[in-house]
Amino acid sequence: MARFEPFLAAALLSLFAASSPARAQTPATENIQIGLSTDYVSITAGFSGADLTIFGSLENADPRVARQGRYDIVVVLEGPARKVVVRRKDRVVGIWINLESETFKNVPVSYSVATTRPLQDVTDPNSYKQLSLGAANIYMQPADDDDSPATIQEFTAALRERKTATGLYSVNVGGVQFLSQNLFRATVRLAPNVPVGTHKARAFLFKSGLFIKESSAQLEIRKSGFEQSIFRVAHDYSFLYGVFAVSLAMLTGWLGRLVFRKD
Amino acid sequence: MGIYLPIAEISVNIFVLLAMGAAVGFLSGMFGVGGGFLITPLLIFYNIPPAIAVATGANQVIASSFSGALSHVKRGTLDFKLGGVLLAGGIVGSTGGIFVFGFLRRLGQLDLFISLLYVVLLGTVGGLMLVESVNALRATRSGAAPVLKKSGQHNWIHRLPLKMRFRASKLFVSVIPVLGLGAGIGFLSSIMGVGGGFIMVPALIYLLKVPTNVVIGTSLFQIIFTSAYTTLVHATTNQTVDVMLAFLLMAGGVAGAQYGAKAGQRLRGEQLRALLALLVLAVAFRLAIDLFVTPPSLYSLSGVDPT
Repeated sequence: MARFEPFLAAALLSLFAASSPARAQTPATENIQIGLSTDYVSITAGFSGADLTIFGSLENADPRVARQGRYDIVVVLEGPARKVVVRRKDRVVGIWINLESETFKNVPVSYSVATTRPLQDVTDPNSYKQLSLGAANIYMQPADDDDSPATIQEFTAALRERKTATGLYSVNVGGVQFLSQNLFRATVRLAPNVPVGTHKARAFLFKSGLFIKESSAQLEIRKSGFEQSIFRVAHDYSFLYGVFAVSLAMLTGWLGRLVFRKD
Repeated sequence: MGIYLPIAEISVNIFVLLAMGAAVGFLSGMFGVGGGFLITPLLIFYNIPPAIAVATGANQVIASSFSGALSHVKRGTLDFKLGGVLLAGGIVGSTGGIFVFGFLRRLGQLDLFISLLYVVLLGTVGGLMLVESVNALRATRSGAAPVLKKSGQHNWIHRLPLKMRFRASKLFVSVIPVLGLGAGIGFLSSIMGVGGGFIMVPALIYLLKVPTNVVIGTSLFQIIFTSAYTTLVHATTNQTVDVMLAFLLMAGGVAGAQYGAKAGQRLRGEQLRALLALLVLAVAFRLAIDLFVTPPSLYSLSGVDPT
């Protein structure tokens, strides 16, 4: 498992500003910041998944609350949204065939969560719902609203289940760790098939189960190297790419005969 | 050693692919077939998406048939005129196949259709070949002289109009069945990613009565261009050709083919055909199981093109 720590070293924002002499008497509200030192991450050939580390800081933290461990942080890395078709196989004369399907608009391709503690211990289900936080609470909008609610519910559940099974939706409990009272580190998982595009990193701060603040940053995931060039050529110059593929095959066949000639 | 396939977008083991290419190349050298009908199912078993397995299979077929056709050109056992007419039909069939391919893909039925076609075709061809070769084996064992086919015999195909003369094949036959055969093979090539030699060769021999010595060369000639066309169209319309994957398979394939050809010379014709028939049936059986066994998940996801 590769680590991207060096690319994403913390941009520690105004960490020490909080301890300036002009400290207000009334406790200032806590604030959360995450910073990425780079706005893109390149994945290369042979990418088999990785942990992505995001650093962040907690400002104006109340030392007493922090000591009792009542600050909780949930970090989400959400991939670009796409249209998705969910299909269900049914048995027809013994053969499994895709029959029913449901199309959803704007489904995040990936959704990786890291938390300080298990999600159910951080806050109550209602708050998650209000924040649409967590894979179970993202609203999946069906393309066809006329379908029966039961069908939509069934396919929504199947969509989440499939995404979780393929590692695109993941939860890393204990993936957020406090390095000091003000500094934390979140480790989110990138699946081997992580989509390229603009990902949004968001950090949610909870204090004793209450939502306090949110901070977000953008991150671009790109493919790089030789393989990406092939991919781009295949899509942008598809005809030339086809000609190349055919020529390569002929050349290989000709060379193969030359090398192993028997007649 | 892992390698990332740019179009299939998955990481695979480079040695597995080389070995797969070599094994299929060995078999194709041994039996004188292109091997597309083995490569595509093997890639599907190896979790390559069927759409990419098919398009890449077509690309890989070019290499082996080009190499084979070169030897036939040298030996003069290639009927260019017959090959050309077959090809004309092939282009039409392949274009139709690509259209059906894209349509089924949008419908979500492509994987099923590919598997069904494979099971039906491989099952039929494998079964027929097995029966024929077992009969031949029995006949030689009992010492009976093999029945020679009467070359002058005519069937309904020879009564069709629009006759054309093919000198190299010593054939005077209607162009309708030739075009039709070419079109059928072209259709299969674009949907199944096969060259179609395993259907073309028996069809040329038994239906059109083409002399056996020019059959393989002519069939290979047609296959090169049909698969080249198929590869080109798949690359432009579906972007499903993975050159990296194709190249690894070809590299293993051309090497394996040479050893296969050597091994093939030590076995007798009927034995070879019986072995090939068993192999074809095994692939069909394996694909059929997947159709009937309850899948681990009934649900599947697929992206939709942003258009």
